[in-house]
Amino acid sequence: MTFVSSTKNTEELTLTFVAEFDAPLDRVWQVWEDPRQLERWWGPPTWPATFVRHDFVVGGQSHYFMTGPDGDKGYGWWEVTVIDAPRRLEFDDGFATPEWERDMALDKTHAVVTFEELDGRTRMTSVSSFVSAEQLEQMAQMGMEEGMTEAIGQIDAILAGSTAGSRA
Amino acid sequence: MYNQMVVHDLTDEEMNLLFHALADATRRDIIARVTQREQSVSALAQQYLISFAAVQKHVAVLEKAALVVKHRKGREQIVHGNPEALRKAARLLEEYEQLWAGRVDRITRILAED
Repeated sequence: MTFVSSTKNTEELTLTFVAEFDAPLDRVWQVWEDPRQLERWWGPPTWPATFVRHDFVVGGQSHYFMTGPDGDKGYGWWEVTVIDAPRRLEFDDGFATPEWERDMALDKTHAVVTFEELDGRTRMTSVSSFVSAEQLEQMAQMGMEEGMTEAIGQIDAILAGSTAGSRA
Repeated sequence: MYNQMVVHDLTDEEMNLLFHALADATRRDIIARVTQREQSVSALAQQYLISFAAVQKHVAVLEKAALVVKHRKGREQIVHGNPEALRKAARLLEEYEQLWAGRVDRITRILAED
């Protein structure tokens, strides 16, 4: 059985997804490290991924494309920024041209994935950010972390209030 | 690289504007205030230590991202919130959530083959 929890933070624009697998740490790490296993789960069934390059080391590049139902292809790149096998992985994920040039006009996503072993099971936590890591760091330095936590409650209240209003 | 494929109701340009608008504490505070109750730019400006011009700039960024709507009432510019735009940001994260739920299912199946 896989236990899953997820936390969406609309203001920070992050998604934290936690899952537990009935497998040891090293085995779960393999599904990221081995491109043949990775491409079996990275893309949704309607847009399966094919990894043509996967340098799973710090500074390493991955190139992949995803094939849509009509045969359309979307091209993407990863750059691994942190690797501490089998416990931590960080990478940027962005769009590319068919020639694997980075399309910098489109925002990249930063992902931080951590793995912990608990009684022979593995807990995997992934945090996806929709702005660059540098940008998040800058915002934290500017003391915005607290402001954000406060804003979450505010926005929740706003949305709850306006929903109630539209029902009335 | 899922933005284009998974999120159908926002263009990249709209998404950039939305993210940029939400990335500032003062702007989030303005959203909260004007969603509760519409008010003029000058009334808003009195509630912050920054200048009227600075508040006006924040409002312009929010307006561009469709998070607020501005209209004229006599000589005043009245600002009110647009909760639909906020819901778009929430929906975007929901799409990602579903994507990860699917990934975890697929990993579970791969591990079950061992």
